[in-house]
Amino acid sequence: MTTTIPKDDVAVAPAVPAERAVRVRLGPRHLIIAGFVVAAFVVPLLSSSFVTFQLTEVLIYGLAILGLNLLTGFNGQFSLGHSAFYGIGAYTAAILIHNYEVSYLWTLPAAGALCFVIGFLFGLPALRLQNLYLALATFALATAMPQILKFHALEGWTGGVQGLVVDQPEAPGFVPISDDQWLYYFTLIVMLVMFLCAEFLIHSRTGRAIMAIRDNPIAAAAMGINNSLYKTLTFGVSALYTGVAGALGALAIGFVAPDSFTIFLSISLLVGLVIGGVGSIPGCLFGGLFVLYVPNIANALSTGLAGAIYGVILLLVIFVMPAGAAGFVRIVVARISRWRQTSPEES
Amino acid sequence: MAAATDPLLDVRDIALRFGGIVALDGVSFTIDEGQILGLIGPNGAGKTTLFNCVSRLYTPNRGDILFEGRSTLRRPAHRIAEIGIARTFQNLALFGPQSVLDNVRIGAHAKSRSDFISDGLRLPWVLRQEARTNEITWSLLKLLDLESVAHRSADGLPLGTRKRVELARALAAQPKLLLLDEPAGGLNHGDVGELGTLIRRIRDERHVTVLLVEHHMNLVMSVADKVVVLDFGRKIAEGTPAEVQRNEDVIRAYLGTTREHAA
Repeated sequence: MTTTIPKDDVAVAPAVPAERAVRVRLGPRHLIIAGFVVAAFVVPLLSSSFVTFQLTEVLIYGLAILGLNLLTGFNGQFSLGHSAFYGIGAYTAAILIHNYEVSYLWTLPAAGALCFVIGFLFGLPALRLQNLYLALATFALATAMPQILKFHALEGWTGGVQGLVVDQPEAPGFVPISDDQWLYYFTLIVMLVMFLCAEFLIHSRTGRAIMAIRDNPIAAAAMGINNSLYKTLTFGVSALYTGVAGALGALAIGFVAPDSFTIFLSISLLVGLVIGGVGSIPGCLFGGLFVLYVPNIANALSTGLAGAIYGVILLLVIFVMPAGAAGFVRIVVARISRWRQTSPEES
Repeated sequence: MAAATDPLLDVRDIALRFGGIVALDGVSFTIDEGQILGLIGPNGAGKTTLFNCVSRLYTPNRGDILFEGRSTLRRPAHRIAEIGIARTFQNLALFGPQSVLDNVRIGAHAKSRSDFISDGLRLPWVLRQEARTNEITWSLLKLLDLESVAHRSADGLPLGTRKRVELARALAAQPKLLLLDEPAGGLNHGDVGELGTLIRRIRDERHVTVLLVEHHMNLVMSVADKVVVLDFGRKIAEGTPAEVQRNEDVIRAYLGTTREHAA
């Protein structure tokens, strides 16, 4: 499955003024994305239901990592607290389905909206915190979340330490596919729409403002950008993305429990973010692949040394791709296009 | 709209202390529309401090700054661009990893509107606005000879080029008043000459009033209509370049001693 896609118009050749009018021009980036989308639709038809389930999880992690990337990669705000937003999203879906028998379709907007509000509110005090202090504050959020979910006053809702069983979506009668495949396609479509929106957002006036704050907050203010407003809203949108991923996760697994949403999940998302590429939208999916499969691979090689093997693989990947998968692909594409430009003309 | 007789910028009796240090001590001057005003003075005279007061990074302890007759002091720094004041930075403050094109587009932020939802869904009105932003951006890239590096990231460019990117970015806000903080710093002789021509062109063609803070005496003297000289946070002289050059106090401030035989 091809999940690595170069970022932006880096691969676009030097022809400059012609670029102005061009809005849609097929470059390697578009081809790779088209290839990925086709593969993403075909693969579950050919694979076992277990692999389909795993791929569903890859998409979900990819979406959660994208949420973190919007905040950290594009806006420069650090977070170790995204497991909390993921957990809130998952529990929102679980509670709505388990306690109120709401259709699973409605759980996603509910989880997204709730996480947006909580993320926005958390973003307000975060405005005063820089880098490491923000990391600590979000760390506190991540540590608090499992205990809040276990808290006995909320047990009626959350099911306490037992967690909640979630009725999983079933494939509607008119489509001849299994429930696993249905869940996969449902997740895929949600993911594609949300990735597209993120892509639109980043390549817009708002996206440029978000990145300007990351690169130089004082200059951004001089350009008329309201740092506080954009930072808090970005926090909200970031939490929304990760919250929707959490809701999808609850649907996919069919069960939520407090200890699924510990700080370790936050760190996994952070690993996925760095491996995929900080500030790359398609790279998030590669991060999702890594987060899901590499621990499994490590486990398969040696159960006793799984942690050590995971560490070694992580180090190797960072060594080979210091700018993440996205940076790696960007370099490769640039090399190929340079080679294509020079060699035919000179020979 | 201010009448022709009203100054565009009216700095009134500005004072600012940092702890015990008096950075500015009752400075007043005005800039008329279409003027190029050069603000000069030895190191530590308070030029950049004054500049940062006008762009609202600092708030003076005393005095007022009026733009088109209205006080700017109640506005936060991010609401200065929208009334028509744009600036460049002495030590360059580009958005480094981003392309030259995007840097200049960000300059147009204050002159456009959008929100997360419209941008995330790429609604038609956003695209129409984006087309206008691109038009402004490319015309500025052309004016400042930056078309060939439009897609390069700002970080990797030579200093002179980055200074032009800053200028383009400031102009993208379509300001009435352009604040230039030592634009000649680090440029070689030939580049400084071109910069002078460029500043005049910007004023003439784009009807932008310019406040120029500068060390480079030749540039100020050749470009400015009016010069204000600061020393130790006070205004010691004001007038045409020729007048200021003859001023005894100015000569003393720059050379440190009285020199009767100064040219």
